[in-house]
Amino acid sequence: MGKPIKIRAKVKGDISEVKALMPHDMESGLRRDAETNELIPAHYITELVAEHNGEIVMTAYWGPAVSRNPYVSFSFTGGVAGDTIKIHWEDNQGDSSTTEAVLK
Amino acid sequence: MNNKILLLSVIIGLFAGGGATAGPEEDRTAMLEYYTGRFPDVPLQEFANGLYAFDEIAREQWIEMEDFPPYEIAIEDGQALFEARFANGKSYADCFDNGGIGIRQQYPYFAADLGEVVTLELAINQCRAANDEQPLPYLTGDLAAISAYMSYTSRGNTINVEVPQDNPSALAAYESGKQYYYTRRGQLNFACMSCHVQSAGLMLRADRLSTTLGHATHWPVYRAKWGETGTLQNRIIECNSQVFAKPLEPQSIEYRNLEYFLTYMSNGLELNGPASRR
Amino acid sequence: MKVHRRLVLKGTLALSAIAAWPRLLLAARPDSAFSANDADKAIADLFGQTPLDSDQVKMKIPDIAENGAVVPVTVSTDLENVESISIVVVNNPTPLAAVFLLTPRSIPSVSVRIKMGQTSQVRALVNAGGNLYSTSKDVKVTIGGCGG
Repeated sequence: MGKPIKIRAKVKGDISEVKALMPHDMESGLRRDAETNELIPAHYITELVAEHNGEIVMTAYWGPAVSRNPYVSFSFTGGVAGDTIKIHWEDNQGDSSTTEAVLK
Repeated sequence: MNNKILLLSVIIGLFAGGGATAGPEEDRTAMLEYYTGRFPDVPLQEFANGLYAFDEIAREQWIEMEDFPPYEIAIEDGQALFEARFANGKSYADCFDNGGIGIRQQYPYFAADLGEVVTLELAINQCRAANDEQPLPYLTGDLAAISAYMSYTSRGNTINVEVPQDNPSALAAYESGKQYYYTRRGQLNFACMSCHVQSAGLMLRADRLSTTLGHATHWPVYRAKWGETGTLQNRIIECNSQVFAKPLEPQSIEYRNLEYFLTYMSNGLELNGPASRR
Repeated sequence: MKVHRRLVLKGTLALSAIAAWPRLLLAARPDSAFSANDADKAIADLFGQTPLDSDQVKMKIPDIAENGAVVPVTVSTDLENVESISIVVVNNPTPLAAVFLLTPRSIPSVSVRIKMGQTSQVRALVNAGGNLYSTSKDVKVTIGGCGG
């Protein structure tokens, strides 16, 4: 079970801006452990879906080149304060996380 | 050249120790004058932002990071850890003034009863020991997270480290830390001051060197290089390694004395941790 | 009429009629594009066409990265009908870094922090109104001094 996503969702006029920061190692699978020299297994978010009041407003596909503890920001129209923003991610090892936030 | 004279007075201060001429306040003032003379356009509190006070391209990226900084994860984790009760029912709040909120500026201090410098990180493990809990590793992870939370609640508070005049052991600890700072070490034979006093503001390969003034204000730090949040002494160990000097144990007497000296040099600046760095 | 693969977002239906779109993404992660070792190959795999350089695609990314592990980038455009924004780091082992599928309600602007293994050209690709547009920038990734 992945850690919760930190979401900041603000609406100004007709534009809602969502910023999210999510704890995740985003291991590429190319790095080696400093002590054992073993390859650290790849573990990274492969897909992310953002919904506004249950409707998808963005889908992202990621590779391991997204930084550790990923940050993403995106915007859409048609939201009002009080609406629900939901973000869900899945990774290559089958972990996932879903967090909801209120549009402010 | 005014700056060279000031630089010399900072270094000579090292050798004048023990006499009535140079004490912590004189050292701090000399250092402050050196940096403000060398960087007259930098507002005083900006020194607390390290290299970002001097490097525009880096500063822009830092500002972007600070918009939603990764250390927020540590602050959140740290708050949960801080508020959780020990097995015996007590909590960290019972160990600290004001329940541990907004008190980072009290550290480090010279504990007369212990006869040693106590840093915030040491105090966290002292609290655990007093409540029959195992100590946490000092460099990253849970302890750094607790420190991140406590530092976050202390943001904006002014650093005011004291070296009590009536305690020769405290002065000795300060002087020991200062000695460490000015002593060359490692294969590269650098002292802390080589980069951070003499070459502050200049480039070392592709890194811009920060000033000693402001070094202690912004810990713990999420270093992009670490991919996690770590303590000041984690960085000191890294700096030692980078000049190919043998690092000491975290929270060793020498490092605590060093942190005592280092934080004193930032007296008057506001705490602004945790922070993002490259 | 030829049946083209459509852009299908989970839970929504593709509404518009299609003329000659660049090859579109399926409602599944384009794994082969993400595995491609070559930037042009990854782009061809994703879109089936070469992008047109356009000053209507804007990319904000530093000239010199503070640390290649965390490089903030923002891609935005004033083009209309933007279906997706993708980011490619040419010299990375697998150049395709991220693909963002947008919707009619999206403002065509995304920000993300990416890893760059070394100095490289970074390309931003915008799939809009049936065409593929791009912009690129050279970003230096340095070896630090004592900072590492």
